[in-house]
Amino acid sequence: MTVREATRGWDGPAILVEGLRKSFGEVQALRGIDLEVARGQVLGMLGPNGAGKTTAVKVLTTLLAPDAGRALVEGRDVVHSAAAVREIIGLAGQSAAIQEELTGRENLEIMGRLYHLTKGESRHRAAQLLERFDLEDAADRPAKGYSGGMARRLDLAASLVARPAVLFLDEPTTGLDPRSRMGMWEVIRELVGEGATLLLTTQYLEEADELADQIVVIDHGEVIAAGTGEELKNRIGGDVVEFVVADRTHVDTAVAAVATLGEGSPSVDRETGQVSVRVGAAGSNALVDAVRALDAAGVRSEGLGIRRPSLDDVFLALTGHGADSAPETRGRRGRRSGRPEHAGAR
Amino acid sequence: MTTVAHPAPNAIHAPSPSFGDRLRYGWADTANLTRRDIKIWTRNPAFLVFAVIQPVMFVLLFRYVFGGAIPTTVPGGYVNYLMPGIIAQSAAFASFGTAIALARQMQRGVIDRFRSMPMARSAVLLGRLAADTLRLTVTVIVVLGVGYAVGFRFLTGIGPAIGMLVLGIVFGVAICTISAFVGMAIRDEESVGSFGLIWLFPLTFVSSAFVTVRTMPGWLQAFANNQPVTIVIDEMRAMALGGPLVEHGWQSAAWLAGIFVVFIPLAVRAYRRS
Repeated sequence: MTVREATRGWDGPAILVEGLRKSFGEVQALRGIDLEVARGQVLGMLGPNGAGKTTAVKVLTTLLAPDAGRALVEGRDVVHSAAAVREIIGLAGQSAAIQEELTGRENLEIMGRLYHLTKGESRHRAAQLLERFDLEDAADRPAKGYSGGMARRLDLAASLVARPAVLFLDEPTTGLDPRSRMGMWEVIRELVGEGATLLLTTQYLEEADELADQIVVIDHGEVIAAGTGEELKNRIGGDVVEFVVADRTHVDTAVAAVATLGEGSPSVDRETGQVSVRVGAAGSNALVDAVRALDAAGVRSEGLGIRRPSLDDVFLALTGHGADSAPETRGRRGRRSGRPEHAGAR
Repeated sequence: MTTVAHPAPNAIHAPSPSFGDRLRYGWADTANLTRRDIKIWTRNPAFLVFAVIQPVMFVLLFRYVFGGAIPTTVPGGYVNYLMPGIIAQSAAFASFGTAIALARQMQRGVIDRFRSMPMARSAVLLGRLAADTLRLTVTVIVVLGVGYAVGFRFLTGIGPAIGMLVLGIVFGVAICTISAFVGMAIRDEESVGSFGLIWLFPLTFVSSAFVTVRTMPGWLQAFANNQPVTIVIDEMRAMALGGPLVEHGWQSAAWLAGIFVVFIPLAVRAYRRS
């Protein structure tokens, strides 16, 4: 089905979510989420482990029924028209859902058959995707020997077999090394150029900033902020002065010295001795003030500088905790499948 | 963008596929998944061990190690007593493969992807059971071949002999539906591998598979005599060696039908709720 066929008869947003709620026993995974994604746009859903991202994706892909609220994918209700939703979506979940005993080509061909393409179409589409995802050389080897990056590319390819109008990627780069992650980004950027709508969840602020047109920040099952990456950065107001305390035992002294410069208390990474202070619009004055304050306190610092805020700062400002340090609340649902990278698969 | 300011539009009506389409797709999905499962099975050495090597070792172990110490009154000696039992036991143990494969697919997200696709809800289970039937047939024929090599002989005609094999296979498929449910309910390959199928041991060993129930203590006889594995094996033995077929035949049919009626819906439910 082409995007045009899939979207006929619907002028609204490609994804429309209103007041979505879902609980697992005592745990409220989603506490009333609203979303709107225009056709052809990329929505980055950003949040730590256990924020509710996967639950939201599961509801939108018809795997879980919500307790309340509604969700439409290209106008089709995920509960009442689940079969129609399944016709037009693609899903790549957190782990590479491929069959290790089968080759890359077999994995894609069987997906084609299960999407009710003919044998010829399935074969053709598999060849096309293998070429596009740079898997031609490994196409006829069992997927067992694929590296983590290759397995993820194959998994993404599998979700594209039926040319979905709306694609859901749940943490597509979790567990990948930086080089494979960049490779995935490139692939995802290309996809977006072809008119599909994409919802992507991530724990990586950089990833949302790189790929998404719009970002929603989710924490404890609620949308706590939304906008473009730039808007979110502006929202927390201006620049960040950052430095590393040379002698770790002086970290507390340093924090006390610069505490009055910023808005809110400085954030500290005790492992590395890095201190960040949000200084609003004070700009280079704040930098000078910081140098003086540290000097007066007798703290030696390294790499003192001023920078634009990152999404990490946004998260800290919004939630009071870093994006990676939220408590694990998912229980067994939060099981990570960090596939190790295998060498020798080229 | 997160606040929906304008009045939200109504969902479009998406017609559900016709009954004919659903039937046709359901059949195609099941056939494709059957082929897929067989292909996976033939490439996985662990499955080969479960399906062929382990049952053959059981035959040799009971025939030559324990067999000499177990007195029987069956014509043809212990090997004739043993084979119907060990065929049923091999078929039951072959369901390990079903549980482990489904648990693994649950864990890896393969089942979630299937559920997000326009596929018949029952296809994953039915395809798996169809592939398992083929797998069990291979196991049963291999075990029977080894049995013949070590002295087993049918004492009845070709009809009852085929009947025994078919009953053994259907029994194995019934156990596979229980295993499918267990695998999808537990959803963790390691847990399924270590304790998911522990119930199979008392069920197969506290039965008439290897020794006559009369040699067991009275309280154990009560269980052994009235559980489905003994009933099915007694029927298989009667088919292979002669004896009354009717009473155990009825009971076997009732038990097997009962297992299918209870566990197929349970397994489908576990699949939908995964």
